[in-house]
Amino acid sequence: MAKPVEQLSQVIVRFAGDSGDGMQLTGAQFTTETALLGNDLSTLPDFPAEIRAPAGSLPGVSGFQVHFADHDILTPGDQPNVLVAMNPAALKTNLKDLPKGGTLIVNSDAFNDRNLQKASYAANPLEDGSLDEYQVHAVPLTTLTVGALKGVEGVTPREAERSKNMFALGLMSWLYGRSIDPSIEFLETKFGKRRPEIAAANVKALQAGYAFGETTETFAVTYEVKPAKLKPGTYRNITGNQALSYGLIAASRLSGLPLFLGAYPITPASAILEELAGFKNFDVRTFQAEDEIAAAGAAVGASFGGMLGVTTSAGPGIVLKAETIGLAIMLELPLVICDIQRAGPSTGMPTKPEQGDLLMVMFGRNGESPVPVVAARSPSDCFDAAVEACRIALKYRTPVYLLSDAYLANGSEPWLLPDVDTLPDISTTFATKPNGDDGEFLPYLRDEQTLARPWALPGTPGLEHRVGGLEKADRTGNISYDPDNHDLMTRLRAQKVAGIAADMPLLEVDDPDGDASVLVLGWGGTYGPIAAACKRVRRGGRRVAHAHLRHLNPLPRNTGEVLRAYDHVLVPEMNLGQLLKLVRAEFLVDAVGYNRVRGLPLRAAEVADAIEALVDQ
Amino acid sequence: MAELTAKDFRTDQEVRWCPGCGDYAILAAMQSFMPELGIDRERTVFISGIGCAARFPYYMNTYGMHSIHGRAPAIATGLAVSRPDLSVWVVTGDGDALSIGGNHLIHALRRNVNLKILLFNNKIYGLTKGQYSPTSELGMVTKSTPMGSLDWPFNPLSLAIGAEATFVARAIDTDKAGMSDVLRAAAEHRGSAFVEIFQNCPIFNDDAWEFVRDDKEGVNRIALRTGEPIRFGKDGSKALRQRSDGYIEVCAGDDGGILHHDEAHETPALAFALTRVTQATHGGTPIGVFRNVQRPVYDDLMAEQLATAEEKRGKGDLAELLHSGETWTIS
Repeated sequence: MAKPVEQLSQVIVRFAGDSGDGMQLTGAQFTTETALLGNDLSTLPDFPAEIRAPAGSLPGVSGFQVHFADHDILTPGDQPNVLVAMNPAALKTNLKDLPKGGTLIVNSDAFNDRNLQKASYAANPLEDGSLDEYQVHAVPLTTLTVGALKGVEGVTPREAERSKNMFALGLMSWLYGRSIDPSIEFLETKFGKRRPEIAAANVKALQAGYAFGETTETFAVTYEVKPAKLKPGTYRNITGNQALSYGLIAASRLSGLPLFLGAYPITPASAILEELAGFKNFDVRTFQAEDEIAAAGAAVGASFGGMLGVTTSAGPGIVLKAETIGLAIMLELPLVICDIQRAGPSTGMPTKPEQGDLLMVMFGRNGESPVPVVAARSPSDCFDAAVEACRIALKYRTPVYLLSDAYLANGSEPWLLPDVDTLPDISTTFATKPNGDDGEFLPYLRDEQTLARPWALPGTPGLEHRVGGLEKADRTGNISYDPDNHDLMTRLRAQKVAGIAADMPLLEVDDPDGDASVLVLGWGGTYGPIAAACKRVRRGGRRVAHAHLRHLNPLPRNTGEVLRAYDHVLVPEMNLGQLLKLVRAEFLVDAVGYNRVRGLPLRAAEVADAIEALVDQ
Repeated sequence: MAELTAKDFRTDQEVRWCPGCGDYAILAAMQSFMPELGIDRERTVFISGIGCAARFPYYMNTYGMHSIHGRAPAIATGLAVSRPDLSVWVVTGDGDALSIGGNHLIHALRRNVNLKILLFNNKIYGLTKGQYSPTSELGMVTKSTPMGSLDWPFNPLSLAIGAEATFVARAIDTDKAGMSDVLRAAAEHRGSAFVEIFQNCPIFNDDAWEFVRDDKEGVNRIALRTGEPIRFGKDGSKALRQRSDGYIEVCAGDDGGILHHDEAHETPALAFALTRVTQATHGGTPIGVFRNVQRPVYDDLMAEQLATAEEKRGKGDLAELLHSGETWTIS
């Protein structure tokens, strides 16, 4: 008999287990099922940098949170409603986030003495009453999985046991009314050819988990979250790193220049290198260099040759590229540098997000060395941000920073696929003939409007010229130590970058009531939590305005005007106040910060509290 | 098109090396040698790092880039890989290539990128005014080593062979004919070619190579010619011979078992052993091409992968890419 169905408008599920338990895969598959059902969603993978920390240990816990709803949502959620804990360590590290009354599904088989000890539990929490305030479902996932797989040939007991994550996925899919068909298809594609018996075992575990939900008395009801009413169109789920990679490919197509990526493996940027390496049929050259410096250098070399030169990294790699970026500023050649920010300083927390690199990308070079900076606000927005960074680089012949972070990189959301024909034309032109009055070629004779210099490619007869890191004489590009020339060139480089503001949209303000006294100014990956916080504040009857910066350098030309129109300006950031410092210095506005550097996205509820405190002041 | 001459490769820039610098001779040799190659000026690119030698591109009327310290091989790799139609030359020095840029040098060589790397070795930092370099001898007194250098020097050719270089050669700044022969062979070699050029710094390390630069008697240079026995000294009175343990020793010119040079030898052991023959240890210095073998070239391999990908999957379609994977439609 079918169980009663309860309607919910949104749910936040967190899968947590040992690094070897396959939680990322489980979460990703649950996300795919959810996306295909038509819910809006947002995900947050949260995993340690260690590939396999000791099994059952606290540092080895890997988590994946997915927030899905029947309406438009903005964040992966502050706290889960449902926690799936595959072992005691996962319970220990995640329980503090589960509100009282929340649903807890645990693999009771894993709660043996050894695992309890590894998680520093003196007593078994499933038995000592410490979980009484939660709705606990203790399910012997391992036993049930191994039992279900009896008779599947060619699968070792260890392999059977490892399929328990698919049993859990099946159970959760049943509980929230998700079809497991996409996951079956995925398993068959992933393992079918190489190890058909593993595919069969995983599919069987998945189906057994689903059937267990239907038949067991442990779960009395099942839940339904209806599809969200999103904008019409075709969607796919996408992570930030994937969207950024597609954005670079799109920019290559839109500009007509082949893409060259120089990269060195680094968390959390490596996925871009891996993704792009698979698209050689798009005329994409990926070069895994010997180090971060060579990765940037090779991209500059490719750019000199007429490619769209890109290099990707995270903070610890970006610091090494600073010298090369300075060269690109002097050469005035296009270069896109993607900084997938992670918590620092030094090695910091490689898998955790932070916005700690803003001042580094703004100022972390010798000399007066302006670089445009563009930031993505959500996983799917990484696509548009990448196209915009490439547009500026090509049009103004300048290195451009593209900022993302570990949350955007690995997090995912549904992406309304753009119509390729509506994407911007970012084509550029190369110099083909001399531009001087005497028939000579002047490599630093600038375009009057953009101040960009001509881009003459090796192979073009008559335009042979030399560029380099030494100061250039205006127009000729010859080496110059002339004091006035250096002053002029320094100002021209600054003006060129400042002038990009004329070619950017104005800063938009979301102020539905039109009379808010508090403006929240954000940038980059905090868009979701800030927008969600503003919604929450407005639901509570207060007024608040939100503006979010895509361009950090130059700032939109109405930024000062926008800031000065409000009594209070709050700048929430995942750093100790870097944009705050910039806007205070630039506009003499007494803005205040809301700053957290926990290696996690900001919590909407906490940002809302900060806004409310300011509104009520 | 009219045939090019040395003059066509000169620029209007004033050459700013010190009087007597070995770089002048190298520049002159290069400018008169380039027309021989028959490559259009616009298809030739010189890329350098930082140092005295790194000014070289400003004086060659081709495309050029004077980049940053030690990074020229990396920048040139990006260019060569993107533009296989170009002839890309890297000009570097002992500090640039072997100290700050050591990592880029060895990786360019092992990848076998189609680059010609010319290392002007003067065993000193010139542009920063006289500190010891990675090729300075142990005990050498310089501005930064008043009590003598504590660093054991690199042997650039040994290093290049250790880094899997497919072409390794040595020339002398004042030996125009010999240098042209070596440069020609380097240019004809497909892949990375590494050429050490002994270059004199008259200001900070004068006469460091005097034994071969000013070898009027022809007693110190050991000319390497493939297929020929390696003899040197007055009237070929001395020769090289390889012992069973691989070490190369000096013997009399008329002894039996004299080593015949083979630049294309399958293993790098012979070329490596020859790089260990030095003035200090053997009383002679080998000049010419040590090693010249064929191995797949990085640029070609990358071009092949791009072609294969397009052949197998068709030319990439952007709309198709965006719609790949699981999609759903909301109406």
